[in-house]
Amino acid sequence: MTANHPIELVCPAGSLPALKTAVDAGADCVYVGFKNATNARNFTGLNFTDASMREGIRYAHDRSRKVLLALNTYPQAGNWPEWTKTIDTAADMGVDAVILADPGLMRYANRTHPALRLHLSVQGSATSYEAINFYHEHFGVQRAVLPRVLSLPQVEHVIKKTPVEIEVFGFGGLCVMVEGRCSLSAYATGESPNCNGACSPGKHVRWEQTAKGMETRLNGILIDRFSDDERAGYPTLCKGRFAVGDDTYYAIEEPTSLNTLELLPDLARAGVRAIKIEGRQRSPAYVQQVTRVWRAAIDRLKTDGDRFAVQPEWMTALNNVSEGQSHTLGAYYRPWK
Amino acid sequence: MKLALGPHQYYWPRQAMMDFYADVADSPVDIVYVGESVCSRRHEMRLEDWFDVAHVLAEAGKEVVFSSLVLIESESDLKVLRKLVGQPDFRVEANDMAAVQALIRAGHKHWVAGPTLNVFNPATMDVFAEQGATRWAVPPEMAREAMDGLLAGCAVRPEVEVTAYGRLPLAYSARCFTARHFNLQKDTCEFRCLQHAEGMPLKTREGEAFLTLNGIQTQSAKVYNLLGDLPALQASGVDVLRVLPQSEHMAELLALFRRAIDGEIAPTEAFAQSQALMPEAPCNGFWHGKPGLEQYVAAA
Repeated sequence: MTANHPIELVCPAGSLPALKTAVDAGADCVYVGFKNATNARNFTGLNFTDASMREGIRYAHDRSRKVLLALNTYPQAGNWPEWTKTIDTAADMGVDAVILADPGLMRYANRTHPALRLHLSVQGSATSYEAINFYHEHFGVQRAVLPRVLSLPQVEHVIKKTPVEIEVFGFGGLCVMVEGRCSLSAYATGESPNCNGACSPGKHVRWEQTAKGMETRLNGILIDRFSDDERAGYPTLCKGRFAVGDDTYYAIEEPTSLNTLELLPDLARAGVRAIKIEGRQRSPAYVQQVTRVWRAAIDRLKTDGDRFAVQPEWMTALNNVSEGQSHTLGAYYRPWK
Repeated sequence: MKLALGPHQYYWPRQAMMDFYADVADSPVDIVYVGESVCSRRHEMRLEDWFDVAHVLAEAGKEVVFSSLVLIESESDLKVLRKLVGQPDFRVEANDMAAVQALIRAGHKHWVAGPTLNVFNPATMDVFAEQGATRWAVPPEMAREAMDGLLAGCAVRPEVEVTAYGRLPLAYSARCFTARHFNLQKDTCEFRCLQHAEGMPLKTREGEAFLTLNGIQTQSAKVYNLLGDLPALQASGVDVLRVLPQSEHMAELLALFRRAIDGEIAPTEAFAQSQALMPEAPCNGFWHGKPGLEQYVAAA
């Protein structure tokens, strides 16, 4: 447990109140996005205007915390200027880093704002040190967020082989697919995480009470059907129940959250530099709850070292805000695969 | 316009695979992508077997390209990648940034930027072109309009390849969904993919064919088919059409594409004839900037 660097806690904020809550609850960094398709949580009613971004950055910097800007979708020829303008704005406002996925944008950022710190987004799908080192050598990327696909020993191996700081997901909604390599939403709705910053977007969702139960549809496709004693979940298309062969089940993934709290000492030992909490689309109350628990756990790890133990009340608090009120270690735990 | 057979997505017994490529050698394709790009656990075809296939195809006059693994997780995945990049005889399609890094380091100058590299804009195309990418396999979810925009804006126009036929590879995961179906873990999957020559159909609870589970890969249920859109593909200057392998009617399909490309049959007629050769209904939404599963009839 003698990591050379303290682990940074990186928390989500989909609004100014969420940002302030995250800072007050102990986040080291808050990651945010503007109100447009330049980031992977382009949801109605979410994200920052120029004015709220300035205020958020001031609030965080006054308290010596960092603000990271997610600019992690892939622009196309027709909308390219919106992305580069957003980088310019972010640099002018003094964000502490931009989180990018697109190599063309990285080159733009590197050339236009050489002092701007670059993080590789999880949407960049870099799952090996060779991939991560490409971004480092060509664009000076200083930190990479790993897709949720590697087991713990694999994460450790990557860290040994790259000079780039590694950030991993610690808690929140679980993408079962390799981020940046999923066109399921585009196939079903025409809107993709890669290009539109949206997965299973709300405007394509329909809830319908039928004789067979509550049905949830995405662009007309039946994602799930719930009986009266079940809690109907949002129709994220990889978390529905489908028929394969003679079985109807969660064929891809259950509605569950990633929770790696119990792995915290292992992640620290492996040399992970930052833990990311998912959920810019969630409420300030979620942000507060999750940030408080992880702040307490990271602080406890510093004092307790090898005697670190997960407190039952931490798990209770996290389970209360988990999708489906359950959690998984995801790919960190090999049998999940 | 050239015709390419894309990388095989499924796991077949070694002899079935050998027989398949023996037929391909006699087919009217110009380019054949070989190698295992989906799952590193699949070992019926050893790398040496793929090299044997590649040499046979090359002798038959085909351009052979080795398609790299899309999801790289382990050091042994990287070792295989280095062997692909280290061989002198065939081009490589980079499906992951680790492959790009290895190709740059080895000084390759004619590699293919694969469909999972997410090349969506001119600036990114320029980055890869400067590093030796001379052909761009367009990401399937990219619409024609965006593709045209990229080509108009990039410094050096690459050779352009569009996926024009097959169940679309839509997603990759660390998890194996075939193993999951059989309540097995990936590490002890018993190679169940071998029993599903075209993956496992996934249907909604009202019986609509939606997706296909193929190990760690998720495909569309519907078959992407741009035969009817051939005039638009030609007008946009697409250089190569990619057809993905399927278990039946492969020779007829390739012949049909060839005749359509060569103008021996009208695109609408070719599209109509292809219906009998497809395992599921057609779709072409992505090309038109719509949900991928939709089907648009080209205006007469």
